[in-house]
Amino acid sequence: MIQEKIREKARELLSNKTVDLIIGFGEGSLPLRTTPRFIRDPEKVNRLIWNSFCENNLATYLHKFSKLKVGIVVKGCDARSITALSLEKRFKPDQLFLMGVPCQRMVDRRKVGRAVKGEILQAREENDLIHVKGDGFEIALEREDFLYPSCQACMHRNPIHVNVTLGDPVEESPLIESYHEAKRFEQMSPEERWNFFERETSRCIRCYACREACPMCYCTECFVDSSNPKWIEKGLSPSDIQFYHIVRAYHQTGRCSGCGACERACPMEIRLTYLTQKLNRDVKELFNYETGIEPDIPPPLSTYEIEDKQDFIK
Amino acid sequence: MTLKLDKKDLKAFLETLMEEYDLFAPVKLAEGVSIYKKIDSPDEVDLSTENPQKPAKEVFFPQSETMFRYEKAGKRYQMTSTEGVERERVILGARPCDIQAFSLMDDVFLGKEYKDVYYGNKRKATTIIGLACPHPLSTCFCSSAGGGPFLRKGSDLFLIDLGEMFIVELLTEKGMAFQKNKFFREANTKEISLAKGIEEKASTKADASVPIGGIDRRSDLMMENPFWDRMHEKCIGCGVCTFLCPTCHCFDIVDEAITDKGQRVRNWDSCLFPLYSQETSGHNPRPTGRERTRQRLMHKFNYFPKNFGRVACVGCGRCILYCPVNFDIRQAIKLTSPKEIKKVKDEVDLTRQ
Repeated sequence: MIQEKIREKARELLSNKTVDLIIGFGEGSLPLRTTPRFIRDPEKVNRLIWNSFCENNLATYLHKFSKLKVGIVVKGCDARSITALSLEKRFKPDQLFLMGVPCQRMVDRRKVGRAVKGEILQAREENDLIHVKGDGFEIALEREDFLYPSCQACMHRNPIHVNVTLGDPVEESPLIESYHEAKRFEQMSPEERWNFFERETSRCIRCYACREACPMCYCTECFVDSSNPKWIEKGLSPSDIQFYHIVRAYHQTGRCSGCGACERACPMEIRLTYLTQKLNRDVKELFNYETGIEPDIPPPLSTYEIEDKQDFIK
Repeated sequence: MTLKLDKKDLKAFLETLMEEYDLFAPVKLAEGVSIYKKIDSPDEVDLSTENPQKPAKEVFFPQSETMFRYEKAGKRYQMTSTEGVERERVILGARPCDIQAFSLMDDVFLGKEYKDVYYGNKRKATTIIGLACPHPLSTCFCSSAGGGPFLRKGSDLFLIDLGEMFIVELLTEKGMAFQKNKFFREANTKEISLAKGIEEKASTKADASVPIGGIDRRSDLMMENPFWDRMHEKCIGCGVCTFLCPTCHCFDIVDEAITDKGQRVRNWDSCLFPLYSQETSGHNPRPTGRERTRQRLMHKFNYFPKNFGRVACVGCGRCILYCPVNFDIRQAIKLTSPKEIKKVKDEVDLTRQ
């Protein structure tokens, strides 16, 4: 069982001092949830768990622990984020020990919550079913009907460039068409696209959960926080909010692993991944580049060649 | 005084209400997402939603509020005040937790030392129609925080949903002004006892076991406790919990200016953002998540009680529900017991060696 393997490996890494800290997932305080767990004591590894609710991209925590040797539990997307961060020289050599887990695809807790009438008080995962229980109901739901869209379309469930893989490899076959959100967005007319973007961002409360949940957002000073120069106002004017979201997405070009952490973090349930997915698709089509696959090739917009074609300049 | 309002009359009631008042009520923005908003049409009002994400504090303390406008006129500047409230207001459908939070906000904005005119003018002009919570969630702990799902204190009128109708209780002078409202009729004893039954059932549901009592004393000596070394680790430093908290009230004042005109604006701010405590010199007295998480919890459970005699938490559970990493304030509160603190301290000491 993967959970046992994670614990075993974590115990080993802490005991032989390969790492100072393990970052993994622990039991959440709510049904359908896990919570990031930080373990330093090999005796406490039993606090680590693994299930279909391990939705966070734990790579975002690595910026907090730059002075420690860290062992981290990673899914396919999380591992790709770390490879992308390594390219940006965020880690010292051998600072990290990646415990890769072939991912079974994560479950969208809000979608599950909406499938039943009443609050879910208990949830249990068993094979391909999620058993949920509340006041006056108890039903089993098909796990596959409640996966996050980013997970449904995932093409890299097996973590790559990891120190160890815990669990058997899974088949790389998206359940739905890859880049489906981007394609749907492309099919809209410019006016429809704008309306969609405008409607979604209108709910933004500028809590920056999307930024903080994202491992790639680590600027010492985010452009929205700069007061000199001041790029953006801090209120709720639509143009400021839209500006933030456009820049946030563009800054991810060729750097986003498509993990969906931004969208999962949003308390206002703003759709965000269609934007980054569109940029990922463009980068794939124009440069045949995918984030975090090649450990030595920087993202296209972070580099240049003197022989680069410039035929777009007329 | 106990009356009733048939739900089939709700729309007409709201229409007449809007003739006299600016109406603020829950509006659904997307599946499962709602906020309190100024109502343009009664059809927008959605009283069936769960407690909206954004708390009702926004009606008195908007996330972004213009304090005044200025414009160059010849050699001088012309100032325009935005302090006034043009019409009387009604908040409809605020839950008891949010209404309890108003009284905490009053301590801050309408306290002895300082009276905030922007908050005060709106507050004074507002009639509050509370809505009882028949189904508290498992994350609700209002009953631990001095409130309860049917707490009427702070409401001028109070609604209890009976399915086909609302029971309407008139509680204050502002509420009694609705006594003659043509859509309100006398409730019969059967309806009143039905409402009582719902109340009794609901009151057992909100968690009353979160140990908030005495937390201000318990947390007195916690400032330098290694407890914080661990507490903050999972916090990613976003503003979800503070922005969605009905009692968090920190703001930042900025000038939005273009050439010769502009406006002074105050925006919600969050103590979890590094920029919040960043000083002009570049020094930040709260440099890491450790100090910032500590600030958030200590403000709620230590400093605020010191200043105003009660904790700045009403147990609405929003910070628990919407935290992207499942930081649970109830667990943090429980960890402040001397026994738990010692456990954490021992663990930190052990791993520090």
